[in-house]
Amino acid sequence: MTLPFIILAVLTIAAAVAAMSLRNLIHCALAMVGAFGGLAALYLQLDAQFVGFTQILVYIGAVAILIVFAILLTRGGQVPEKALFSSSWIWGVLVTVAVFGTLAWTIKNSFASQRVPAERVEATVKEIGDALMTKFVLPLEVIGLLLTAALIGAVIIAMRDEVKK
Amino acid sequence: MLGEGIIKGMAETARNFLGSYVSDERLTTVQYPEERIPQIENARQFPFLLYDGDDWHAGMRCVACQICEKECPPKCIYIEKSKDKKPDYTGKAQFYPAKFDIDISVCMSCQICVEVCPFDAIKMDTEYELSTTDRFGGLLINKQKLSRSNSHFRQIHPTDAAEVDMRLAAEKAKAEAKAKAAAAPKPAPPAPVAAPIGA
Amino acid sequence: MSDTFDQIFVSLKHWLLGYLPVWSQPVISCLLSIAVIIVAFATLFAITTWLERKGLARIQNRYGPNRAGIPLTNISLFGLGQPAADGIKALTKEDIVPFAADKLVHFFAPVVLVIPVLLSYAVLPIGRNMVAVDMDAGLLFFFAVGAATELSVFMAGWSSRNKYALLGAMRAIAQMVSYEIPLILSSVSVIMMVGSLSTVKIVEAQSTYHGLLPDWFVFTPWGFAGFILFMISALAESNRSPFDLPEGESEIVAGYFIEYSGFKFALFFLAEYLGMFAISGLGITLFLGGWHAPFAWLTWIPSWAWFFIKLVTLVLILIWIRGTVPRLRMDQLMNFAWKFMLPMALLNLVGVAIWHFMTPGLPRWLVGFALVVGPYLLLGRGLMAGKNLAKRTYRFAE
Repeated sequence: MTLPFIILAVLTIAAAVAAMSLRNLIHCALAMVGAFGGLAALYLQLDAQFVGFTQILVYIGAVAILIVFAILLTRGGQVPEKALFSSSWIWGVLVTVAVFGTLAWTIKNSFASQRVPAERVEATVKEIGDALMTKFVLPLEVIGLLLTAALIGAVIIAMRDEVKK
Repeated sequence: MLGEGIIKGMAETARNFLGSYVSDERLTTVQYPEERIPQIENARQFPFLLYDGDDWHAGMRCVACQICEKECPPKCIYIEKSKDKKPDYTGKAQFYPAKFDIDISVCMSCQICVEVCPFDAIKMDTEYELSTTDRFGGLLINKQKLSRSNSHFRQIHPTDAAEVDMRLAAEKAKAEAKAKAAAAPKPAPPAPVAAPIGA
Repeated sequence: MSDTFDQIFVSLKHWLLGYLPVWSQPVISCLLSIAVIIVAFATLFAITTWLERKGLARIQNRYGPNRAGIPLTNISLFGLGQPAADGIKALTKEDIVPFAADKLVHFFAPVVLVIPVLLSYAVLPIGRNMVAVDMDAGLLFFFAVGAATELSVFMAGWSSRNKYALLGAMRAIAQMVSYEIPLILSSVSVIMMVGSLSTVKIVEAQSTYHGLLPDWFVFTPWGFAGFILFMISALAESNRSPFDLPEGESEIVAGYFIEYSGFKFALFFLAEYLGMFAISGLGITLFLGGWHAPFAWLTWIPSWAWFFIKLVTLVLILIWIRGTVPRLRMDQLMNFAWKFMLPMALLNLVGVAIWHFMTPGLPRWLVGFALVVGPYLLLGRGLMAGKNLAKRTYRFAE
């Protein structure tokens, strides 16, 4: 645990907490952008340039904008009048703890945690590209197909119904 | 072809760009404080008060009838009528404005005051460099500063001034003739209060 | 001799660093690079505002600024004092924050806008050995920080609580998101050719000379098409005319920065121009050979000078375009992005692939040429079909 990591982690967690506890939805969205940025910085700190920059490009450049648009297009822009915590918050905490416990337990016992970290691999963008085009070409194509299907679905939903005469 | 129009437009603007360095005729800008365009005759900015003769107070045509004050759409004119009277251009005793202020920050140069004035006492000036560092007092212009002599009016609006002068001279001659008739032994019938405008 | 001049800034930095303790050298080295980038491009910004006002004025047959010069004298220097006068004005003006504004977001928006724009200069090679950070994923970095500007535009528009500001921000985001796709796709063609995302490697790949012409990518059919697509998208990304809908003075007054005054407004202005330089610089790096001289016999001129000559030339062309083309309508903007730019950029990728695998020679040129001109003509005809493009006749009130 180095000092930069601690700073970034604290910033990321603070932004994430702000994202769920602020009253104004736009502020929440902006705080979440801070959390995305913190994650990107963490990736960069791990020398994963490609992942870090993609995180910024996709999450800050696209997902955050999408969220903001969604808030503005619905009526979520107003600050809610009633209390921030719902009356059944205790159940929410229970579900959260249960999900976190399950995930943590699974990760702890999976083979991934037993794996020894590799000796510093210089993962250049070229290598990532090569791997995507050879070893992982099938998952890539499947994801491409899925995204295309989603795109067509979105277009069909957005398409204006023909006015019947 | 797509983009053809943009190429044509670019050529046109390039021609303008280069042309502006070659021919001075293209440059329509006037370098204002040094160069000025002479104003056209009917140019108008803000109203002023006309006086005859040399003394602005004695020769002031305004009789404080307050028509302009009432007609002014933005209500920028403020008039206080005098208690005493002074003779006007026909020699008849008339009231005069004790106070006549125009707030030119409110005035919209509509010229309605000029249209309604039965005495040709208020006219539009062509002076436009009126900027001041005091936006309250500096733009509220009082009677004395509003006064301009008839020669000034002749200078800025010659056609208009000639017409007004002719009409006033005719009226004056008529009044004098009437006065002469009144001075004659036979008692005259009651004189008309005001001569019809444009008579 | 020409080498010393070429490397003068690099040697100067090494010489300066030599006097410092070893532990401080990396930090000071970073700070020096940052300072040079900020000073050089802020100066260019000042000159460009003057050039733009002069150029637009001349296009419209006016003089442009010709008064401000050296203070307290009558020397006007063709109005070159104007940028300084504007700067002083911006610094001394009252900073007005609307009563209803979201104060914190309103304050942060201009700051957050300038930071990514300045960051993007980190990967631009402005001369031989003159790049702040040579990243393996340099191009991706450039686009990533470029995408972050959209959010600050939204922050500015939303926090002002002004309908024009919000409309401007929405227009800006819609426009930037749409034109980012052809922008990145047209750069992908270069990445495919070079096989690297590093800007330094991309410049290196264009270093040779082939007969009279240099091996710049713009001198290939796909490169030329890519360059044009890139510059059109760059215009849209930097919100410049004819894509200045987010600012549209005649419609929404000033768009997302309508509620900013004083130095915050100047920051928006600065960010807009710095963004324009950055993206033009990237265009130079990708297609115009970076800092390389156009002819082999001109290599004695230092590399950084070439970069700035090319940059100023591109900026002048952008000013020229601004003086020529009127603003698009929103639907025209979107149609152009999705019905022309995107298909052309995608077809261009096919063109690059074919160019890459064909042996050099005349057939390659013919195929490459056909793959650019064919789609262009067909798309152009398709887009113009069914539209009444005859000269408009006006009926005036009598």
